Amino acid sequence: MKKHVWRPLYVVIGLVAGILIFRMFYVPADFGVQDRGYTFGFHRLSNEQEWKNFPAKYKSSDYCAGCHEDNSASIAKSDHGIIPCEDCHGPALNHPEDPEKLTINRSRDLCLRCHSKLFMPSSQRNDLRGIDPKTHNSGIECAECHNPHNPSLENM
Amino acid sequence: MKRRDFIKSTAVFVSGAAVSTSALVMLDPQEVLAENPELRWGFLVDTLKCVGCGMCVKACKLENDIPYDANVTRTWVERYVMTRDGEVFKDCPKGARDGYTSKLIDENASGMKLVSDKDITQAFFVPKLCNHCELPACVQVCPVGATYGTKDGVVLIDRTWCIGCGYCIMACPYGVRFFHPVVHTADKCTLCYHRISNGGNTACAQACPFGARKLANLRDHKDPVTKIIMTQRVGVLRPEYGTKPQCYYIGLNEEVR
Amino acid sequence: MVHGEVWTIKDLFVLPNEYIYWAIQIVLYPYMTGLVAGAFVLSSLYHVFAVEKLKEIARFALVFSFALLPVAMMPLLLHLQQPLRGINVMMTPHFTSAISAFGIVFMTYGCIVASEIWFVYRKFIVQSIHRLGNKQRKGVEGLLLMIYKVISLGAMDLSPEALEADHKATKVLAGIGIPVACFLHGYAGFIFGSVKANALWMTPLMPVIFIMSAIVSGIALCIVCYALFMWLRRWALARGKNYFLPDQLAGTMNLSVEEMHEMHDYETTLTAKYLRIFMILAITLELLDIIFRGYTAVKSWDIVREVIYERDFVKIFVFQYGIGNALPFVMLLLPGLTTRRACLASVLVLFGVFMMRWNVVIGGQSFSLTFDGFMDYVMPIIPHNLETFKEGLGGALLVAATPFVIFYFLNMIFPAFYNDDEAH
Repeated sequence: MKKHVWRPLYVVIGLVAGILIFRMFYVPADFGVQDRGYTFGFHRLSNEQEWKNFPAKYKSSDYCAGCHEDNSASIAKSDHGIIPCEDCHGPALNHPEDPEKLTINRSRDLCLRCHSKLFMPSSQRNDLRGIDPKTHNSGIECAECHNPHNPSLENM
Repeated sequence: MKRRDFIKSTAVFVSGAAVSTSALVMLDPQEVLAENPELRWGFLVDTLKCVGCGMCVKACKLENDIPYDANVTRTWVERYVMTRDGEVFKDCPKGARDGYTSKLIDENASGMKLVSDKDITQAFFVPKLCNHCELPACVQVCPVGATYGTKDGVVLIDRTWCIGCGYCIMACPYGVRFFHPVVHTADKCTLCYHRISNGGNTACAQACPFGARKLANLRDHKDPVTKIIMTQRVGVLRPEYGTKPQCYYIGLNEEVR
Repeated sequence: MVHGEVWTIKDLFVLPNEYIYWAIQIVLYPYMTGLVAGAFVLSSLYHVFAVEKLKEIARFALVFSFALLPVAMMPLLLHLQQPLRGINVMMTPHFTSAISAFGIVFMTYGCIVASEIWFVYRKFIVQSIHRLGNKQRKGVEGLLLMIYKVISLGAMDLSPEALEADHKATKVLAGIGIPVACFLHGYAGFIFGSVKANALWMTPLMPVIFIMSAIVSGIALCIVCYALFMWLRRWALARGKNYFLPDQLAGTMNLSVEEMHEMHDYETTLTAKYLRIFMILAITLELLDIIFRGYTAVKSWDIVREVIYERDFVKIFVFQYGIGNALPFVMLLLPGLTTRRACLASVLVLFGVFMMRWNVVIGGQSFSLTFDGFMDYVMPIIPHNLETFKEGLGGALLVAATPFVIFYFLNMIFPAFYNDDEAH
């Protein structure tokens, strides 16, 4: 067989070599098979650290209690004590530096998330005190009558 | 890893978020975890406790920079309403970002449906999130190795390497994946990897007032949540796909898929 | 707006993150790869199985399949959310994914087709270098000479032994090419068939169904285009206008109008016979799939049945099976087949295969993972941003038009209708 028939093959080999050389520069050094094997653990290792470094916004009620000791202790005793501070006060972020003051959500919609009466017989929702938002003082913010930090109806 | 080393490495990697991270170090289960290399994150959802307030969805969106008004979400809460004549109604408007405040069931193009209270036999809420499967179908099909499982059992996505083909979105039997509208790569629940790796709780579990969502270390048999998973009757979603989901549910029934 | 939200209409209960993520471009992707594979298989019928009568259309099919090749990749790139990172598939392939093979299979296939063309046209290339080198060159001809000199790879030997070697190499390459072409396309079927989360896609028949319909569509396209270009050439030849398919630059116009006419009819009607054989195979497999689903009726059958028999009834049974399969099949079976009828039937077949891709890709996404709701794809017609262009009518037309543009230029270098009298 004549030798010229191999020429296209040389071109292909050159092409593959080119791709492989490019690959050496392109693929990050820590890319490869990690702990979970090739099927589930083939990735760039430093991405795990990148995700660990993602900034947190919510800080937990314990973080709030660090400074707002008194409030936190009294609220914890009320019926709303189970609600994390940040659910209504918003994520703490880097408060008190940034932001200095949190934006508090006082809206009626927030309260209705739990206290709009729905018939949910196989759910704990049924055990919560609920109102019909259409008939129960519609148009007024709940906080005008109820104290969100101490919602007990006796204390109204 | 010693605490000193941990703080040092934190300082190296996160200068900006140093304040917040050191705040989390104060509550530090990190050392306990570090001494126990046998770490496998799991999750427990107690559907009996969920009241459908949607605070978890809101917290997740804010914590993880998922555009608040975009109609995609890393976690969501479904409502199930079953009636006397065997009908099942389900809805999940906006992923329950604003909770459930209305009796009307949102059936999308078929409009709003009102089910009368007296017809209802069962009704409940089911929170959903990524199951961080032991054998994740989404990871298997990623053509470039942009999504992967970590040693401690979390499934993550490399935003710098994802080509956005959408194959993982198609492969996930639970519909937890979507395209991030800003980053334009596939996105999903990271189990708040930045929080749990630094000793915190997930944003959704922390925001839940009723304890319906709980993080667990499945390898630690003293972990109270792991104890529940081991000793009580729990189920997982769609086990028939063989993905071995690691998000356990209390109070599942057949209609929940 | 979230990707997919613009063109998705949700009905009943659909999970919040569910949209039609794979839209028109992914319908076109298996369609275009199918055309490539089919055209190549047609060209191989002559080279490998020595169906001498198909010589003319085989050469055309080979060049056309090369023109289609880059277009098979185009829908994928247009559909990627990060098109610039498409190269990652070659850089860090994750072989547990069906898509990762794309880069490598595609490259392999491209190399095989290119080499085969090189062997088939080597004699012509060398002759052209001599012809163009000897005469006064004007305009494009200088450029052509340069291109020929590069692609000849310096192999100027035209001795009978050398040509015999070319011939052997062509045969070998065509032989390797068939399984690779089938793999290229069969694995496009595998991409869908292996998605276990999707009740409509998940079947081991999918790759085979895709290969058969690919061959059907590839042959049909070759019939239509061959007839069309031949007609165009006849028209141009009679009027001395050579700019439509400027193969005169290559000095190949040596047929009379009558000769062309005869050849034209002969080739198209003969190819139509092969089209019929593959159509029977394709339809049998597709029907087997539907019957099997209905008979076994697993949990997902309720929703799949509603999609097949109710929501997509017109698209599946009227467009795909009726107009796209049954009608052209009858047209091809009736005696006295003319080129015109073969062409019309082929156009319908092309439409039918397109609808099959549509019904698989869009149909598979048109129900929720929970089996409790539906999604509808409304193709964006008028684009108002890049995304609605890419995933809408504009992008589809762009993809459909590109192979013809490529072919126009490719045909200047490798004249697809070049007629050399030696038996090859």
